[in-house]
Amino acid sequence: MCTFARNLEQGIFKLFIMTLNTLRAVLFLVFSVAVTNFGFASQDNEDQDKGFNAKEMIMHHVKDAHEFHIVDWDNKPISIPLPIILFTDNGLTTFMSSEFHHDDSGTHIVEKNGERFVKYHEKIYQLESGVDTLTFDEELHPTNAKLPLDFSITKNVFMMWVSVLVILLIFISAASKYKKSNNFMPRGIASFVEPLVVFIRDEVAIPMIGEKKYRRYMPFLLSVFFFIWVNNIFGLIPILNGANVSGNIAFTVSLAFFTFIITSFSGNKNYWKHIFWMPGVPVPMKIFLMPIEIVGMFVKPISLTIRLFANITAGHIIILSLMSLIFIFESVAIAPVSVGFSLFILIIEIVVTAIQAYIFTVLSALYIGTATEEEHH
Amino acid sequence: MTITGIAAIGAGIAVIGAGMGIGKIGESAMNAMARQPEIQGKLQTSALILAAFVEAVALFGVVASLIV
Repeated sequence: MCTFARNLEQGIFKLFIMTLNTLRAVLFLVFSVAVTNFGFASQDNEDQDKGFNAKEMIMHHVKDAHEFHIVDWDNKPISIPLPIILFTDNGLTTFMSSEFHHDDSGTHIVEKNGERFVKYHEKIYQLESGVDTLTFDEELHPTNAKLPLDFSITKNVFMMWVSVLVILLIFISAASKYKKSNNFMPRGIASFVEPLVVFIRDEVAIPMIGEKKYRRYMPFLLSVFFFIWVNNIFGLIPILNGANVSGNIAFTVSLAFFTFIITSFSGNKNYWKHIFWMPGVPVPMKIFLMPIEIVGMFVKPISLTIRLFANITAGHIIILSLMSLIFIFESVAIAPVSVGFSLFILIIEIVVTAIQAYIFTVLSALYIGTATEEEHH
Repeated sequence: MTITGIAAIGAGIAVIGAGMGIGKIGESAMNAMARQPEIQGKLQTSALILAAFVEAVALFGVVASLIV
């Protein structure tokens, strides 16, 4: 019996090694084919530069947009139009983004209430009267048009509403489950939500903020955690075109701003004393530390902003770059490698969605915790 | 060399630094966990937070190279 098991083990091991070797050979073959193909392709394409532009494609997918672009069919884009809300000198102007006819190069002019608008690189410009084309100076400021205040329901705003709706649905149904049961046993969706809420309470709020004061900050921490997490997950769904909500710096700035406001307003005497007049050090050191501590106060929310924004954007860029390898090499042989790697990165990204939401929550709790800490010396 | 090339090299250097930093955190966390398995949860939390701090530095590099 024992020898049989050992033989089986050895057999499996040999099989494993063999598979690995074959895999390596296949990978090598694929890469060499791809590289030679690339060599030929680049020779062919030297004089015609109207090929596939990976950077443009990636930036188009990572940036916010005024319409929900789904797919290109027969060189015609299929997209869901979203409302455009502009505030110009003459007041409010609204129309649907379909009136631009998918134009993003600033050539299609939309006329509303005597004002003329063009869309150029996902920015809407208001043309001056009698002008037909946009011109820019060296610093890329428009010379014959101005930027109206843009309150449009863009792709990101729309996806944010969807995620708010999803969160509301989950939590309202979980709450109603608790209301119905008489012994507060979690059932249905509540049994999915409860461990997460308990995790945030026991692993984040209580250790970071303290047993006495954590209750006040739980609603904020939970909202931030679930909002970021759901938005991160929505960003990874390809059919929604990866609406990159949490990879938008405006979104992360506003969340970090909330943390900053809450930290500052809940800061007690002890916290402010540590910033402006550090106790326990000599006077020259107190004066030296003051600017550093003041800068540190603002650096905390800035680092929160950049961390979430850059993490999510970097993930999207990596996946899209791996996918665009197929089109850069112009070969089908590279497709399995590129799909395999991007699947691998996608799985890592699924973990990252939760980790980044957790990190944001933990750091917010940590900052709030330092602001509400009592004097203990 | 163009400015984009220099930015890319800068991002690469930032990644090297962050990689070494995160590796050091992981090494120490694993050592500590092996020595004291009973506080594994606490160690994991602080290791993750420290990794996030180190990673932020690398991401500043990435953002700088995106802006350039």
